[in-house]
Amino acid sequence: MSTSDHDRRSGRPPARSDASPWNWLLVIPVILPLLPFLYNAEEPRLLGFPLFYWLQLAFIVAGVTATTIVYRVTRKRNGR
Amino acid sequence: MSEHLTEIIVFTVLFLLVSGMGFVAARWRRPQDLASLNEWGLGGRNFGAWITWFLVGGDLYTAYTFVAVPALVFGAGAMGFFAVPYTVIVYPMVFLVLIRLWSVSHVHGFVTPADFVRARFGSPTLALLVALTGIAATMPYIALQLVGIEAVLKAMGVSGHLPIVIAFAILAAYTYRSGLRAPALIAFVKDTLIYLVILVAIIYIPARLGGWGAIFGAAQEKFAATPAKGDGLLLGAGNQWQYVTLALGSALALFLYPHSLTGVLASRNRDVIKRNMSALPAYSLLLGLIALLGYMAIAAGVRPVGGDSNTVVPRLFDMMFPDWFTGVAYAAVGIGALVPAAIMSIAAANLFTRNIYREYLRPDATDAQEAQVSKLVSLAVKVGAVLCILLLDLQFAIDLQLIGGVVILQTLPAVALGLYTRWLHPRALIAGWAAGMGAGLWMLYTIGNPATGKAHFAGSAFPLSNLGLETATTVYAGLLALAVNLAVAVAGTLICRAAGVAKGADTTRPDHYHADEGDPRVKDLDLAGST
Repeated sequence: MSTSDHDRRSGRPPARSDASPWNWLLVIPVILPLLPFLYNAEEPRLLGFPLFYWLQLAFIVAGVTATTIVYRVTRKRNGR
Repeated sequence: MSEHLTEIIVFTVLFLLVSGMGFVAARWRRPQDLASLNEWGLGGRNFGAWITWFLVGGDLYTAYTFVAVPALVFGAGAMGFFAVPYTVIVYPMVFLVLIRLWSVSHVHGFVTPADFVRARFGSPTLALLVALTGIAATMPYIALQLVGIEAVLKAMGVSGHLPIVIAFAILAAYTYRSGLRAPALIAFVKDTLIYLVILVAIIYIPARLGGWGAIFGAAQEKFAATPAKGDGLLLGAGNQWQYVTLALGSALALFLYPHSLTGVLASRNRDVIKRNMSALPAYSLLLGLIALLGYMAIAAGVRPVGGDSNTVVPRLFDMMFPDWFTGVAYAAVGIGALVPAAIMSIAAANLFTRNIYREYLRPDATDAQEAQVSKLVSLAVKVGAVLCILLLDLQFAIDLQLIGGVVILQTLPAVALGLYTRWLHPRALIAGWAAGMGAGLWMLYTIGNPATGKAHFAGSAFPLSNLGLETATTVYAGLLALAVNLAVAVAGTLICRAAGVAKGADTTRPDHYHADEGDPRVKDLDLAGST
């Protein structure tokens, strides 16, 4: 993964990378919905919704939070 | 028919309005020339965050989804809710993968996933398999969009196939003329209508039915009264694994479908994609609420038209809403079918043009010729979809779509893993593909449903007892087939390496996977490199 000839020739900065410790946040919303023992129950209810339904809908919020944080910290600096 | 007159008028007016937009779309964002796949097939690769959100959202969450998911919840309960974990998992999972794919496609001008495989592994055969798999998986999906329209028409008391043929003829005409710009523009109307209808539905209908507690209570009673074991408000011991593996397998499959990638590749830069990965779950919330319409239908005592459970949601709207708003709701579902059908036919046409026509029939095709072929193929694809519905059983399209999900998963090693490594040998990938397809089709073939008397292709839940294991557990067949695929691909790679079998050249370079808007493309690089 060394800097390619092309980069040196055209004088562009060395290879960029998508690596960031923040990316690990993305693992959380992928794992949560795969654990049915967390949500496969009726109690406690919320607004009449059994746990099974409201908790899985709440996982959407976990997903949005994780992807939003990673997007914000890794987006291009200085905007464009 | 007359009792539905208001609904039919509102439906028709909205439908025609949207069709007009489809034709006007050719002028939208003023392309200098529509005669290239970049313009016709990818809208100029210049869509910003909002357009991408509407386009991809309108594409992934189809009319069929809106009709079939609540129908499944209506019939089976908790199992039908798998659509929620599925769409929670998918965006964080593909977040980093899609930006790599966007970058390398941007640099090389790829239009389809098979284009990438061709360049990455230097194997025309592997690319052809990926393209054919994509086309095979997409075709029944287009046909299924007709199911959404048909469900609505049935609920309005309109029978016969003529209205569907007319609707698809209009769709075909404006897609031919405007390309990807047509569904992108229509998606604004479609999604606005859907959000409006669902927001009203989840506030207004529960209020009329006595609140959410009463709705879940009615569903509980219904499932308790049926002898079937697989239904209920919660998952049972036998279908928890099916629930989880189906959600995971569907999430893995979603962005392998060529039409999903079309929307991604049409976006302007990497940030647009990242931003959408956090904005698209708004549709997942919508889908979760739509799924619950199935329980509302139970509580309201809905009886499906002619036993077709896909009419559950249209019937519910008809019972609950005033006529004019029912018309709006029906239009939302009907128009909801047009956006994905247009994008899917464009994606299938692009696969044919790039990976069959240009690869095998006419290697020196110009941009204009490519665009022309794609336009014609997109017409052919839609005619095929209509014929599929007219000549064959509707159930056949549903079966094919079920198979489609299992089938498209078999391109994962080449397309998704290929973005990270080319350790797997192309010949081993071909062998893995064949093994995965074989295993997947065999498993689906053995799945029957005693309740409906269907002996084959009755679902995607593969009972592990079919393998001789003593358990009631069922698992999503697609994921098992993918495991077979990967095992064969790894073993094959080790054999190919030991035997010293040569593999094709890779024309991509590590820095191509991080390129962004404004970076030089391959055509520019060639010029720079020759000096």
